[in-house]
Amino acid sequence: MAYTAQEILEGLAEIVAEETGLPTDAVVTEKSFTDDLDIDSLSMMTIVTHAEDKFGVRIPDDEVKNLATVGDAVSFIEGAQAA
Amino acid sequence: MSTRKALRQAEPVRYSRILAVAGERGANVVTNDDVAGPIDSSDEWIRQRTGIVTRRRADAATDVLDLAEAAARKAIDAAGLTGSDIDAVILSTVTYFHQTPAGAAVLADRLGATPAAAYDISAACAGYAYGIGQADALVRAGAARHVLVIGAEKMSDFIDPTDRSISFLLGDGAGAVVVGPSDVPGIGPTVWGSDGDKAAAIRQTHSWSDLREDPSAGWPTLRQDGPSVFKWAAFQMAPVAAKAMAEAGVEPEDIQVFVPHQANMRIIDQMIKQLGLPDSVVVGRDIADTGNTSAASIPLATERLLAEGLASSGDLALQIGFGAGLVYAAQVVVLP
Repeated sequence: MAYTAQEILEGLAEIVAEETGLPTDAVVTEKSFTDDLDIDSLSMMTIVTHAEDKFGVRIPDDEVKNLATVGDAVSFIEGAQAA
Repeated sequence: MSTRKALRQAEPVRYSRILAVAGERGANVVTNDDVAGPIDSSDEWIRQRTGIVTRRRADAATDVLDLAEAAARKAIDAAGLTGSDIDAVILSTVTYFHQTPAGAAVLADRLGATPAAAYDISAACAGYAYGIGQADALVRAGAARHVLVIGAEKMSDFIDPTDRSISFLLGDGAGAVVVGPSDVPGIGPTVWGSDGDKAAAIRQTHSWSDLREDPSAGWPTLRQDGPSVFKWAAFQMAPVAAKAMAEAGVEPEDIQVFVPHQANMRIIDQMIKQLGLPDSVVVGRDIADTGNTSAASIPLATERLLAEGLASSGDLALQIGFGAGLVYAAQVVVLP
């Protein structure tokens, strides 16, 4: 069964919180991973890997640079699981 | 009708082990401040992303074979042997300037190891672990009694000070071991492989033939797709290391020492997490002061742990090399 956008956001927030120590409620759709959440490229890859495992999707390395905001990542994962 | 005469084949040896390990680092200490300017970076940025505080680089007059020779002499001496006791020399390097002959043959001659079999291998940062796998096989097959394995790199010959992807990580050094026969198991099965689909992930900017066609292309240097390599190394290499433990018949709790290739402290930390290694395991973190020395990094980190008394002879060490190819190799060894 596919995850809803809200479920993806909540799951992603847990992954980000685990990696960064930020509270989960800081991880909202409009936040930029780099500018707002201070996540560097290596932490981003860790988050992507855990998101792939959690949601059963593949996020190509080349795609990661397009995931600027939390909302971008939620949309990509939502689309990838539908594909 | 005459019967064909049966061949005699080499008598196998039951077990092999590492008899001694030694290292040689580039003579100069290069700080983050020394490399930060041309990449518009800072000491803090480099430490946070790589764990590197300083890296060691050799003088202009020192070449990769000089580093290899210094490490090899110490290893042969520590094994209680002389050059003439060495039957095979395996040199892993990607920074030797001659297409042919192999650096290993020149090195064997310098060490008085002639007429040892001598050849180079090109497996980048996995080269030392590849070499251990080969040395183990040669000794146990009865093809060589004492095999000298050296990982040696003068990475500073292939760096671009303005490159933000890999150059600032790199250091120069050599690590050497002697592998020989043993009464008890000393080298677990090597789990190794390649993934050439990712050949561009760590690469030379352009080929020597490109340089010949267009001399204005300049000296080739190295580049990497850092985040992609991090993801591959941190998450796909941990299962390889886990398999090496399984094939050696040991659990994470049985390991005393973990010496991964010294690519980036963040990769090392993530691998420890993925492998579930207990806090009691001593981890090679030589990258902080030496930088990434490619094929030399595992033996350099190992000799340092032994020299500083953090690891002991007889300890079980899990080691894994991974790098350009992409290629990888892991095994569990008993420390000399």
